Amino acid sequence: MSVLKPNRLPRWFSLVVFTFVMFLFPFFSPNPYITTVMAFAGINILLCTGLNLLLGYAGQISFGHAAFWGLGAYVYGILTAKFAWAPVLSLFAAIFFTCLSALAIGIPTLRLRGHYLAVGTLGVGIILQIFFIQLDSLTGGPSGLIKIASFSVGGLVFDTPLKSHYLIWSWVFLGLLGALNLADSRMGRAMRAIKESEVAAETMGVKTFKYKLIIFTLTAGYASVAGVLYAQYLNFAAPETFGLMNSVLLLAMVVVGGIGSFWGPVVGALILTFLPEYLRAYEGLEVLLYGVILAGVMMFIPKGFAPIVKSLPIYLRRIGKR
Amino acid sequence: MVEILQYIFSGITVGSIYGLIAVGFCIVYNATEVINFSQGEFVMLGGMIGAVVFKAWGLPLPLVFLLSVAACFLLGWICEKLTIGLSRSHDILNLIIITFGLAIAIKGAVMMIWGKFAKDMPAFSGEIPLTIMGATLVPQAIWIVGVSVLVMLCMRLFLNNTAIGIAMRASASEKVAASLVGIPVKLISSISFAIASAIGAVAGLIITPLTLTSYDHGTMLGLKGFCAAIIGGMGNIYGGFLGGLILGLLEAFGAGIVSSGYRDVVAFLALILLLLIRPSGLLGETGKDRISKI
Repeated sequence: MSVLKPNRLPRWFSLVVFTFVMFLFPFFSPNPYITTVMAFAGINILLCTGLNLLLGYAGQISFGHAAFWGLGAYVYGILTAKFAWAPVLSLFAAIFFTCLSALAIGIPTLRLRGHYLAVGTLGVGIILQIFFIQLDSLTGGPSGLIKIASFSVGGLVFDTPLKSHYLIWSWVFLGLLGALNLADSRMGRAMRAIKESEVAAETMGVKTFKYKLIIFTLTAGYASVAGVLYAQYLNFAAPETFGLMNSVLLLAMVVVGGIGSFWGPVVGALILTFLPEYLRAYEGLEVLLYGVILAGVMMFIPKGFAPIVKSLPIYLRRIGKR
Repeated sequence: MVEILQYIFSGITVGSIYGLIAVGFCIVYNATEVINFSQGEFVMLGGMIGAVVFKAWGLPLPLVFLLSVAACFLLGWICEKLTIGLSRSHDILNLIIITFGLAIAIKGAVMMIWGKFAKDMPAFSGEIPLTIMGATLVPQAIWIVGVSVLVMLCMRLFLNNTAIGIAMRASASEKVAASLVGIPVKLISSISFAIASAIGAVAGLIITPLTLTSYDHGTMLGLKGFCAAIIGGMGNIYGGFLGGLILGLLEAFGAGIVSSGYRDVVAFLALILLLLIRPSGLLGETGKDRISKI
């Protein structure tokens, strides 16, 4: 029985349960709108899980994550809307192109450290966003790209929110599973070593630059899939989605959830995706409240919500024993 | 030839603003190591308060100027006390996200109080443009450059020659040692935030007659100021200002020669290139502590 104690469940088991609950979600969701928000939460989870690999495991910051998200969305969007490529092919093209760009961008910028890496990635993010706006014959310019095809594989077209829900959450499952395996692999250990001390890791024979580059590319890969899912869900993509504001918000989601923990990005993405929906009730005040809550969480719960959620079963049992 | 002169004029005007904001960044960064995302919001706030007070009470401009700067100094102080001062965590990323939350909150508050419409202020001394060798120059541009340089020089004097300034430099270079000799490090952090906010307000006030201001005007200005600070080398006020001028000129020439849509690409590419070649900035000293000279 001791294996089944809630706080000792193997992560893969909780992952399967979590995915199962999310698959059932449309059936007990109070209304279709909440289901839509949940789909976006799934996309954010994918983005944050990727970002957490870079930030939480390898200790490298990126202020340009949303731009890779945009790159995935735009490559998929342009190929399906302007060149009528098959969605599956466009998906692979989007992943490939985004990873290749990340590789090209990572080789110079990942030599930077700390604040300079923050500024470098911030600059890259802004430059990419400007290209989304300026290449308007391809991207539709500031008003956005329309007529992006819904994803389809074989005869199955994901053209309803319900079908997209399953597409998105299947990818979330794959993404989380990937992160789980990576964390316990040779590469995961190398990443944690880099986070602790780059010099020490290098001394122990870890090729730090190589691993940083791989993880940066992988992070961009996660973002590109999220971009494709986003674009095929809305059949639309606009440049302001992929700017600095969202890059910082994604960072905030990871930190609010809990940096470097497996469930952290999931918790953070869920909280910060649903928060604006609940703040809608306070019309006019919502932006102010969002800022105050974000700052407040960082000030008083600096380690994020994941540790709290994790220790919840222990508290509950203690209360139960009394 | 005339065009080039025109680019130089507009580059130096915008660059002075970036430089001024960069000075604010340097001050907070050196006291707390935080990239203060709310710096740009105080630029917006300064312009906003100025425009609203001028319209509502009809006070003379110099008085409006002083009022707005004083208000932002106070607001900056309060905001620091309520955010970084109260924070349980001193992790840099946490602090950065706190200032980001603060920036959103300020933006939200301004939107709630004064709405989304742009506000304007009259130019300080008329709007009849001067013509110099065929290129035009609005009088406000001269005000912008003059005030920016003046503020920067005052800040330098303040940091080098007053007790508070020296205490700020001391707590920046080594917090523990500074508190050991009796410098109130927390107070210094509040003061640096307040001063940076006031400098931001000055930047906002002098640029509003040229560009108007609205609730979402601050973010990009703050970002450019930060880049200017990095280009020039954090920890050196001259460097920050010089970085601002370079960024402004790059943008002006980028807009003129490439295209106005790609102006920021030129600026940020230059930033990344500089980071790769000389990570400590133009006037920052490589291999030395970032605060060696302020």
